[in-house]
Amino acid sequence: MDMAVNVRTKQQERAKNDEKEREYMKSLAELKAIRERMQGQVGMRSEDDSQIRVVVGMATCGIASGARPVLKTLADAVQEKKLSNVMVTQTGCIGLCKYEPIVEVMEPGKDKVTYVKMTPEKALEVVDRHLIRGQVVTEYTLGNIKL
Amino acid sequence: MMTEIALNVLDVAENSVRAGAALIRISVFADTRADRMEIVIEDNGCGMTPEQIRQVEDPFFTTRKTRKVGLGVPFFKYSAQCTGGNFKITSQVGQGTRVTAVYVLSSIDRMPLGDMPGIIHTLITFNTHIDFVYTYSVDGRGFTLDTRQVKEILEGLPLDTPEVSSYIEAFLKENTREADQDVRL
Repeated sequence: MDMAVNVRTKQQERAKNDEKEREYMKSLAELKAIRERMQGQVGMRSEDDSQIRVVVGMATCGIASGARPVLKTLADAVQEKKLSNVMVTQTGCIGLCKYEPIVEVMEPGKDKVTYVKMTPEKALEVVDRHLIRGQVVTEYTLGNIKL
Repeated sequence: MMTEIALNVLDVAENSVRAGAALIRISVFADTRADRMEIVIEDNGCGMTPEQIRQVEDPFFTTRKTRKVGLGVPFFKYSAQCTGGNFKITSQVGQGTRVTAVYVLSSIDRMPLGDMPGIIHTLITFNTHIDFVYTYSVDGRGFTLDTRQVKEILEGLPLDTPEVSSYIEAFLKENTREADQDVRL
């Protein structure tokens, strides 16, 4: 009888594994569905003259002082608010490790703005005030701190 | 100092990006019964000479020109060694580099693994020109995400398309949760 129980558990296990396999397959099918949905849309990302570049320092110094949550917040907010003219990228050490996390905003035809000692909260403010409304958040810029 | 092992992995994987790798393999193998966790970061980038490998573990060496100190590898090395684990770099010029860190799971000095799905998602979506193979395994339960496979399905649709990026993030999170079950790394 023990053996019968054993066999049954094994069968259940196998069924469970099969299910997992199916789940994974289903996930890939989901990816296919995304592709089919997206292919109809043209001009997903235009890299024209009006493109604003937002660069986050992601070297050891940046990461150690919390650049990852800042990068994630920026990327998520830009995606969520559908700011198609903004591109969030990462870079290495900017050379001002003491002031990390650093976020630079490069807008064509304008001076580069360097935000220092950033946090996810400050990053959201920069998205709302600078990237959307075009007002530099001077409180957080490099120029505003005493060197 | 980093607060999570995952941040060390992100930092060291950025070295592979800068080494011009086309493929980066990252794996996490945790075995609670053996009380060990092994993390491997492997790339096919430019590689290093034996001399450079010795230097890279030294905090006062870096290939960058902006500063004279490089703490990424020393941080990662120390995070493993302070648990009673070990650390190894093997590399060949023109072939690539392999960094292995082994942790003693129960050590009081081991920092938490942290947000692995998050940093893998960051690496994949911010370096879409590089392929990643990520393997995560806890006591034999686990999964692999191969971006080459994903790209094949996407037929040219970029990995950083919002819908695709969200899908990858959810995929990593869900599968990690399933592999972890009640193990907290």
